[in-house]
Amino acid sequence: MFHWLEKHPFFFAVGVFLVIAFAGLVEILPNFAQASQPVVGTKPYTLLEMAGREVYIKNSCNACHSQLIRPFKAETDRYGHYSLSGEYAYDRPFLWGSKRIGPDLHRVGDYRTTDWHENHMKDPAGVVPGSIMPAYAWMFTNLADINTAYADQLTNAEFFNVPYNKPVPMKDGTTLTVPMAKSVAEANAMALEEAKAITADMKDKDVQDMVAAGKIPEIVALIAYLNSLK
Amino acid sequence: MENRPLEYDYTVAKMFMLTTVLLGAVGMLIGVILASEMAFPGVNTMLGSLGLNEFTNFSRLRPLHTDSVIFGFTLSGIFATWYYVGQRVLKVSMAESKLLMFLGKMHFFLYVLVVAAAVVSLFMGITSSKEYAEFEWPIDIAVVVVWVTWGLGIFGLIGIRRERSLYISIWYYIATFLGIAMLYLFNNMEIPTILATSPAGETGIGAWYHSVSMYSGTNDALVQWWYGHNAVAFGFTVPIVAMIYYFLPKESGQAVYSYKLSLLSFWGLMFVYLWAGGHHLLFSTVPDWMQTMGSVFSVVLILPSWGSAINMLLTMKGEWQQVATSPLIKFMVLASTFYMFSTLEGPIQAIKSVNAIAHFTDWIVGHVHDGTLGWVGFMIMAALFHMAPRVFKRELYSKSLMGTQFWIQTLGVVLYFTSMWIAGITQGMMWRAHDEYGNLAYSFIDTVTALHPYYTIRAVGGLLYLIGFFMFAYNIYKTMTSGRRVEESELQSASPMAA
Repeated sequence: MFHWLEKHPFFFAVGVFLVIAFAGLVEILPNFAQASQPVVGTKPYTLLEMAGREVYIKNSCNACHSQLIRPFKAETDRYGHYSLSGEYAYDRPFLWGSKRIGPDLHRVGDYRTTDWHENHMKDPAGVVPGSIMPAYAWMFTNLADINTAYADQLTNAEFFNVPYNKPVPMKDGTTLTVPMAKSVAEANAMALEEAKAITADMKDKDVQDMVAAGKIPEIVALIAYLNSLK
Repeated sequence: MENRPLEYDYTVAKMFMLTTVLLGAVGMLIGVILASEMAFPGVNTMLGSLGLNEFTNFSRLRPLHTDSVIFGFTLSGIFATWYYVGQRVLKVSMAESKLLMFLGKMHFFLYVLVVAAAVVSLFMGITSSKEYAEFEWPIDIAVVVVWVTWGLGIFGLIGIRRERSLYISIWYYIATFLGIAMLYLFNNMEIPTILATSPAGETGIGAWYHSVSMYSGTNDALVQWWYGHNAVAFGFTVPIVAMIYYFLPKESGQAVYSYKLSLLSFWGLMFVYLWAGGHHLLFSTVPDWMQTMGSVFSVVLILPSWGSAINMLLTMKGEWQQVATSPLIKFMVLASTFYMFSTLEGPIQAIKSVNAIAHFTDWIVGHVHDGTLGWVGFMIMAALFHMAPRVFKRELYSKSLMGTQFWIQTLGVVLYFTSMWIAGITQGMMWRAHDEYGNLAYSFIDTVTALHPYYTIRAVGGLLYLIGFFMFAYNIYKTMTSGRRVEESELQSASPMAA
């Protein structure tokens, strides 16, 4: 058979393809629908959080920080409850990372504050002596891309039925509705409101001035995202 | 006419040799910069003082390093060797078909365009965040075009071949083409956000190149590591095995040790490799049975991997003195040895209890690099060393420079992986250490500062490898420009080299 295949390239290629495609079908498909169901308490990202998530991706934060707490005592002691599949239901793309040059961030919103992030992003080693993380000064001047984040939300709602403007169940038995803007103008106004809530806890004068003038620097969006990780 | 030997046309092979050397140098240089940034974070600010902070920080450069060595250096090496090996084992010249020649050249120019677009976009931070699949949808489409162009070239050449039976290397090139095509397509399924419409009817909102992944959370992770692991399979293993099956027997003048072993290893590798992706997701939120499958198949993977490696080493049976006399054989034999080493190390790391310590640490980085530097890098450089005299019809410029390069780079690889083993296991153990009261023994930063010496040694190891790579580039350049001209009769097996 093999000799015959080696003289018939078409059938050879078909054979190779079948052999390599097999594993993917068996491994990936069976749990696909089930694995994408959210757990109670998981909510879609708000506009500013989404913009912050894009800042996180733009700077490859996931190259050094994981967002996956493994079910070991040492990990739950350090980072909180181990991660659950459904908590990632609205994560497109996933951001688990593959290397912890810095600590895990999956529940960083539980134990770090806006103020801490502000100082840390300006001068990591000043906040954590010995840190090898570089400073991210440009995030204090570059503007967050609210329009793209809005398009991201719209895509999530239109193509993947992510429940914006719909009540989602929370852990305490209540429901919560994450609103989504109806137009680009409304989206920018909504993001600015969210930004004001963040900058109320920030000290940087320039950032506060920018937000007061209607502009949202990347750092504000990033902090909104980090605070949402719980 | 019938009695004259075939004149192969290496135009396209030469083009890809050039990008192999250039992109290899760039990718490895970025690697050394990254390694120094980890050992001495001041390097970030030093580069930043030039006003380039945003573009030279560790995080922005990291995907540039991985993508330039994978899609730049390695892929160029794969293409260069294909346009050389393909003609020779199929016994047909590119010059015989105007169409194939055109496709080959178009393949190269499109490839260069895509590389340029990819570099710019990654510097700007335009990324999908998925490892080794960072490119956004416009570049993904361009990548598919490049890939299909290559595929047409492969099957076109096979279509007009004189040698009916496909040599082992061709099996592996075909598998590379099909494997990457399947993986890349499925992992990069995404919806461009410009397709969205707001309730107010606005369209084309935000950045046109942005997209949203078709899969979410756990599923996205599963597809990504099915891709990520097997991109290693079909980028760093399969085509490199294709190379060694051609170049080692050619250079040593020995026949491949066993046809049956090559059959077993090929079909075994094809079947088993794809199952092993789950080992990247041990203790994650993907279903347990998939994790176990990933773990088990990773261990089984030792068989087909070692099958190829042993087949290559036994090909040298009775001719081991060549390892001492020829630096080119040295490169290939060490590459094969590193392949065995790396394919034993991987399965060990895929065992759940070992993975609990190894995952997220530098041990994984060490594993990747003993494979890529020791196996992929050495084999591609050896292939280019073997090709140069035949492509340029000149003697290799310096045998002693090759020898020096070999030892410098070997030392570099050894420093690299030993330091990363120690760093990884140290950090893994420190993360899980508890004191007598059951509290965590170390804060996270303790586990970072402890690694400084190893990060420094790694940077030195990487630098040595880079220096060796520059010696390689210089040697090839001098061969091209001032090597002694040689006759076809001198090019039968061992490559001619000047002292």
